[in-house]
Amino acid sequence: MIAFFIRRIGQAMIVMFVISLIAFSIQDNLGDPLRELVGQSVSEAERQVLRDEMGLNDPFLVQYWRFLKRAVKGDLGNSYFFKRPALEVILEKLPATVELVMGATLIILLFSIPIGVYCAINPRSWLTKLMMGTSIIGISIPVFLTAILLIYLFSIELGWFPSFGRGETTVLFGGWHTGLLTRDGLMHLILPSIALSSIMLPLFIRLIRSEMMEVLEQEYIRFAWAKGLTRKRIWFLHALKNTLLPVITVGGVQIGTMIAYTILTETVFQWPGMGFLFLEAVNRVDTPLIIAYLIVVGLIFVITNTLVDLIYGLVNPTVKLTGGAA
Amino acid sequence: MIRHWRLFVDSTFLYRFRRDKVAIASFSLLLLMVLLSFSSPLIAPFDPYDPAQIDIMDSDMPPAWQAEGEPRFPLGTDAQGRDMLSTILYGTRISITIGLFAVLLQSILGISLGLIAGYFGGRIDAFLMRLADIQLSFSTLMVAIIVLAIFQASFGTELYNELAIFMLILVIGIAEWPQYARTVRASVLAEKKKEYVDAVRVIGLGSGQIMFRHILPNTLSPILVISTVQVANAIMSEAALSFLGLGMPVNKPSLGSLINSGFEYILSGSWWITAFPALVLVLLVLVINLLGDWLRDVLNPKLYKD
Repeated sequence: MIAFFIRRIGQAMIVMFVISLIAFSIQDNLGDPLRELVGQSVSEAERQVLRDEMGLNDPFLVQYWRFLKRAVKGDLGNSYFFKRPALEVILEKLPATVELVMGATLIILLFSIPIGVYCAINPRSWLTKLMMGTSIIGISIPVFLTAILLIYLFSIELGWFPSFGRGETTVLFGGWHTGLLTRDGLMHLILPSIALSSIMLPLFIRLIRSEMMEVLEQEYIRFAWAKGLTRKRIWFLHALKNTLLPVITVGGVQIGTMIAYTILTETVFQWPGMGFLFLEAVNRVDTPLIIAYLIVVGLIFVITNTLVDLIYGLVNPTVKLTGGAA
Repeated sequence: MIRHWRLFVDSTFLYRFRRDKVAIASFSLLLLMVLLSFSSPLIAPFDPYDPAQIDIMDSDMPPAWQAEGEPRFPLGTDAQGRDMLSTILYGTRISITIGLFAVLLQSILGISLGLIAGYFGGRIDAFLMRLADIQLSFSTLMVAIIVLAIFQASFGTELYNELAIFMLILVIGIAEWPQYARTVRASVLAEKKKEYVDAVRVIGLGSGQIMFRHILPNTLSPILVISTVQVANAIMSEAALSFLGLGMPVNKPSLGSLINSGFEYILSGSWWITAFPALVLVLLVLVINLLGDWLRDVLNPKLYKD
């Protein structure tokens, strides 16, 4: 078990190292920091002196090491556009994205498990057929289209929900701007959350259904029926537990997809989160901000992914065996 | 040749296809879309790439059946005055082309690496599969957005727009190889133990020939099943990237960039610029997914699962 933990954490560090290397080579190749600092008016000789002073002529590895040392301290350079530390700018937008992801996750959890289980235990009911049919349509509609459709229906035609922005926010302790405490903020959150969950939800419903159907065929479930356990106990205690194991793994794999979809959702709804900021930074070639996004999102991604794997290792005892055999 | 054809006509595969209404409907619809879009230079009423045929005076016209519409433009025009029907036909062609070539690249990479991993086993296998795990956890769309964004920022928009179609194929093609590699590897592991492989090895054939000539043909049914889903996914990824402005440019639009350019006008009521390309995109992906589901049921391969 400990070996598994160490290997998993080692892998996380390697991935983080690769991300930092990519981030650094972007900084190295994209845009000239000198030009951002002094403009065009300085002569070539003076530029060379400045380059030497700033260490821009040092070997790659020396520069990378310097970059790493500063990055660990949280210094990723100043954003060209905002003229403030890039990390600060990114972290300001973090709450918006986190709340959006939380909203979507809540929707996925609340709906996918009951619907998936229902479809597995009543495979022939008309409701199951309807759900399965709807879910394949749901998988075929890209997130940004769902988002546009939601805006068109509920904002433009019906006028029930606002179509863009985060609405009113309040400040929690520690400077966390939240939209969860006001009615206006919550109203703004509903459509983006639905849009973000729209492709994951059918995916999870289908996954839970097929896993559950497989589990229900297994020997120990038949034995449980033979013992005369109640239906509820078999379905919701014995079968559901083993259904959720693979769901955790798939959930872990989907974190990256979720991050990509936040960029899409935030663009459509002009949600002031990190993804929206990232696309703006790309359009303005704001290199420090692009790098800061990569590092922050990479870190979040690696940490959550590692946590999911470790939790999986804890709840699934067979992981121990594969760890020993490999 | 005729013998093969008879074999195909009598097969259970075709029998089950003819019995399944959903499969027939989705296959015909897909065929129709492919045929129409690939003959777009012949059948489209206008050439959207030709600036001489575009008149800004025609811009923002609703579909022909609405009061302000004109019969010249059956599905209306976009903000630049391009005929929607023509742009959609051309756009579908680009989307399908990118989807097919990206999947071709994925399958070449994935099948080769999967064969190598499964056939040789040991350290190569462990390394490749670890790499596949990490690559999979990163999700294609996330990698593609970041890579394309960086390329766009460093190339400048002009140059990027010219290279966009190749960049999209490359990025989507490279990012998804693990899907194929894992599936092929799983089938190779099962095939490797069979007698015919021992037999060809005794004959003295080389590893390459055994892998590609003898094992590969026996892993084709799972490859076929995931290929359909992969094409649908590639088309969706392309659409998402173009929607973000990282894919096909406005003057050579795919379905995604059409939706993107229409989205700006949806608030002013011009729904048709978004709605028609969106409908085509959803239908295209849906029929491919339905066909993929059907193939999975019929061929029932043991797909790789954790």
